[in-house]
Amino acid sequence: MESVVARAGLWLVALLVAIVMFANAVDSGFAIHMAIFALAALVGLALSLRNTNYKTASVFGVVADQGKYDDDLVRFGVILTTFWGVVGFLVGLVIALQLAYPVLNLDLEWTTFGRLRPLHTSAVIFAFGGTALITTSFYIVQRTCRARLALPGLAKFVFWGYQLFIVLAATGYVLGITQAKEYAEPEWYVDLWLTLVWVAYLAVFVGTIMKRTEPHIYVANWFFLSFILTVAMLHLVNNMNLPVSIFGSKSYPLWAGVQGALVQWWYGHNAVGFFLTAGFLAMMYYFVPKQVERPIYSYRLSIVHFWGLIFLYIWAGPHHLHYTALPDWAQTLGMVFSVMLWMPSWGGMINGLMTLNGAWDKVRTDPIIRMMVMSIAFYGMSTFEGPMMSIKSVNSLSHYTDWTIGHVHSGALGWNGMITFSALYFLAPRLWGRERMYSLRMINWHFWLATLGIVFYASSMWVAGIMQGLMWREYGADGYLVNSFAETVAALHPMYLLRAFGGVLYLTGGAIMAYNVWQTIAGRLRVEPPMRQAAYDPAADRPLVATPAE
Amino acid sequence: MTETTKKEPWGRHKKLEKNVALLGVFAFLAVTVGGIVEIAPLFWIDNTIEKVDGVRPYTPLEQAGRDIYIREGCYVCHSQMIRPFRDEVERYGHYSLAAESMYDHPFQWGSKRTGPDLARVGKKYSDEWHVQHLKDPRAVVPESVMPPYAFLAEKDLNAGDMKADLLALYRVGVPYTKADLEKANEDLKAQADPNADTADLIKRYPKAQVRDFDGNPDRLTEMDALVAYLQVLGTMVDVNAPAAQEALAKEKGR
Repeated sequence: MESVVARAGLWLVALLVAIVMFANAVDSGFAIHMAIFALAALVGLALSLRNTNYKTASVFGVVADQGKYDDDLVRFGVILTTFWGVVGFLVGLVIALQLAYPVLNLDLEWTTFGRLRPLHTSAVIFAFGGTALITTSFYIVQRTCRARLALPGLAKFVFWGYQLFIVLAATGYVLGITQAKEYAEPEWYVDLWLTLVWVAYLAVFVGTIMKRTEPHIYVANWFFLSFILTVAMLHLVNNMNLPVSIFGSKSYPLWAGVQGALVQWWYGHNAVGFFLTAGFLAMMYYFVPKQVERPIYSYRLSIVHFWGLIFLYIWAGPHHLHYTALPDWAQTLGMVFSVMLWMPSWGGMINGLMTLNGAWDKVRTDPIIRMMVMSIAFYGMSTFEGPMMSIKSVNSLSHYTDWTIGHVHSGALGWNGMITFSALYFLAPRLWGRERMYSLRMINWHFWLATLGIVFYASSMWVAGIMQGLMWREYGADGYLVNSFAETVAALHPMYLLRAFGGVLYLTGGAIMAYNVWQTIAGRLRVEPPMRQAAYDPAADRPLVATPAE
Repeated sequence: MTETTKKEPWGRHKKLEKNVALLGVFAFLAVTVGGIVEIAPLFWIDNTIEKVDGVRPYTPLEQAGRDIYIREGCYVCHSQMIRPFRDEVERYGHYSLAAESMYDHPFQWGSKRTGPDLARVGKKYSDEWHVQHLKDPRAVVPESVMPPYAFLAEKDLNAGDMKADLLALYRVGVPYTKADLEKANEDLKAQADPNADTADLIKRYPKAQVRDFDGNPDRLTEMDALVAYLQVLGTMVDVNAPAAQEALAKEKGR
């Protein structure tokens, strides 16, 4: 009972704070956000008064059993990850088409490319990727520790609090509330909220590890732990902002100019390194061996590449600032560490791929494994491309062009997307007690649509980036620049169309996945021929009997 | 006993695998080193920011324009960082100096050039060109893929209390004077008002451009502010002046 009062009291305080902030708001965006926040606090309050017993409450109608894992949030997570994925891909397609046909900006301030692009990046990285990370970490940490989630009430706060962060961030971009720092656009109060959620996440995760009944902490949890810790550090340092008014959305960062730039790209590059790499490697370290039914290839390699990866990644930020006003020594240091980073990255790839040793035939018969292998292959490819692009002479051509966009997407669509899809296909039947996914053939369709989509995307952006980079620096025999900037923009049009076509394929794959997950949850099994069956003809299955000549 | 430990060269790592506090501490230490070594020195190494004349804080109108630049996500497609290459210097002007963005909270160097660099776009085009281009980019550059920003000309500039903005910027290190803070709201209006007495404003903000920017002197719109910001970009430091060139030629170890 005391805990009910305490919880309800906290929500009440949150509600009151939101109402005061709303009443005093100096700009309309802030007022809208505080209204959303108040609504969320009201829901929190209502739920905490209704559900008095957190240990047994379950939304999915199953009475929570202490003998089973705490999977309610994981179920919500599977649904929401799928949802955010499709939303993120859709916004991506819209802004890709805006670059080909600017009329699609619709002449409205809320739908310009400048406001929708952060919406796309945050939807895929933080909504789709972040929800996938929280979901899978809650699933994996319980299994590998053989223990239920510690602090189940706090775990709910982490999960739903993170969803609130997504809603505040997304609505903010459309309203024009932004810090104008890539991948760290949400304003100061949203940052504070995320800090709260993140500290709770760390508590739930570490608490569960402390409850473990297994003597060892499994390698996937090393990666999750370093992801949670490092993202906390990056988030706090890069978002040191001074609000203009505590009743307004605007703030100015503590860091300016050259220091601000390096802090931002130290953050930005390690959002890739820890959010999109370490966290997703943790997914690889659990789901690949489970689906393949083989142990991880090398224990030693996982130690070496874990420590190598987390130590080296942090140094690579300056390669986003080659040839800028950042001092040369910092640029060179960033380049050298970026090239070294290739090794631990490939350590992870090798450990993932070699786990298939002795089971490579399953790539032919199991579309989920096929997806995992493709995902790890894209991880290897983009972690080779990255160090290459961080070499200063290569970067002088690639920087500021679409080559960077292509590089990011081969990693994001190939590695992050595909490993998440395969995790969702692994989880859905298990969480809802189904024999298998609704349709394995649809997974196969998804695999090919996604792969082809990435091929169109990456290759068109390679051509676009290298072409534009070369056009910018092209000199004629007369010693003058050959191309005006506008001419290089016009030259990109066909490439932008091909990129959008790749996006259509990838989005279609996502939609098929959403349908497949939905049908699986609904408990249906598609009647379809199995993925592989050796030919059998009963008519031919008989001995040759000599018939006497008449 | 010793036999088994000898066989396991990674035996010591097992300690970390069994103790989440140790694992967490070591993992955290591993990720702090790079940032400390690379970022911290930028705050105290003397030659990180060149000593050149002319960099001043933005006027309230320019700052309000910068806030709109940020709100609309212009940094998504436009860089403000010219690299020291022949083609970039010929296309955009002298390469960018760290000093030129030393009062930029946040920095807007950008990472992608879907449109051209804007670090030195100030005074390159007329106000009329900027207004027309922002309202309908394809009317002046047919190949452009930029979104239209006609709504800026229709919205009154509602910058709130500029004194609060300048005070916040002052607190994070921008050297506004007491007079700058006191007159912030006046300055905001005066800079776009051709009839205002702006001698004091220009004295406090050297080289500030004072005029109606959006072609409509009766109203102070968001367009006024944004164009005022665009017109100041890259104009503060006379990079080609002999003194600046001499200072840059002596640069070492950057």
